[in-house]
Amino acid sequence: MLITCPYCGPRDVIEFTYQGDGNRERPQPASQDLDAWNAYVYDRLNPAGDHNEIWQHSGGCRAHLRVVRNTITHEILSTAFARGGHKTESRS
Amino acid sequence: MAEQPLPERQSPLEPDYHPGSHGNFEHGVDVILSEMRPGTILQLAAWPGEEKQLIEIIGKVTGLALPDGAGGGVSSGARAGFGFAPGKFTVVDEAEGLAAAFAGAITPAIGTLTDLSHGRTAIRIAGPKAEWVMAKFFAIDFALPAFPLGAGRSTNHHDIFAQIQRSGPDQFDIYVFRSFARSFWKALCHASEEVGYEVQ
Repeated sequence: MLITCPYCGPRDVIEFTYQGDGNRERPQPASQDLDAWNAYVYDRLNPAGDHNEIWQHSGGCRAHLRVVRNTITHEILSTAFARGGHKTESRS
Repeated sequence: MAEQPLPERQSPLEPDYHPGSHGNFEHGVDVILSEMRPGTILQLAAWPGEEKQLIEIIGKVTGLALPDGAGGGVSSGARAGFGFAPGKFTVVDEAEGLAAAFAGAITPAIGTLTDLSHGRTAIRIAGPKAEWVMAKFFAIDFALPAFPLGAGRSTNHHDIFAQIQRSGPDQFDIYVFRSFARSFWKALCHASEEVGYEVQ
């Protein structure tokens, strides 16, 4: 599986670390909304198909990336820097 | 910076650094390995949005005109520099004391300067089979069109982080952690045996 880092170019997946589901919205630290915290900690879409994910190029430039990966085929549909906070739109 | 001269730096490769020809060199030496021992190795990082200003400062202080692009770099004589991550650069000088020259130039609003002169070991591999030997270690494209002259790359070998700069058409400079340098050096020597190598 190759992931194309926006800085380094295509690299083997062994250089990357999975940082979790990219669909989560962290509530404000002071939030008392238990449902929002519960959703942030536990709720996952777990789709069979395109999935928003956060990866880190830990064995390269160390940037955090937003990656859309197909969970069935492992095709990498898009990659972008996570900085800026914009969610990568999934194709489906 | 300290006024008194620093004690002489010892090479971490010393016990396994054997100048001369080794391996399968009967038909010629196809790679030359050496330790570069630069006096200064610096890591410079810009805060988001300050990258261009940092590149400008590097140009003013060192005379290196770094291209503004991923992994862009310059290798010219005594000094070299390259981007290894977004907004981050490695700058190397044969002489000691380059950190002091940057001290007033990089303000806290622009970015940071970290002196890694004692933290990294620089190893040079040169020769017609340099690309071949490097390709055994790192899963990146070493062909000249994909990895142009002066450019830098961040990658790793068995979890040992490495920064690589192409300093010649068939020459690469590898920066590894000092504490892992001897292990990496031994592996590099083993990998070079089949093509015949010379340690200078």
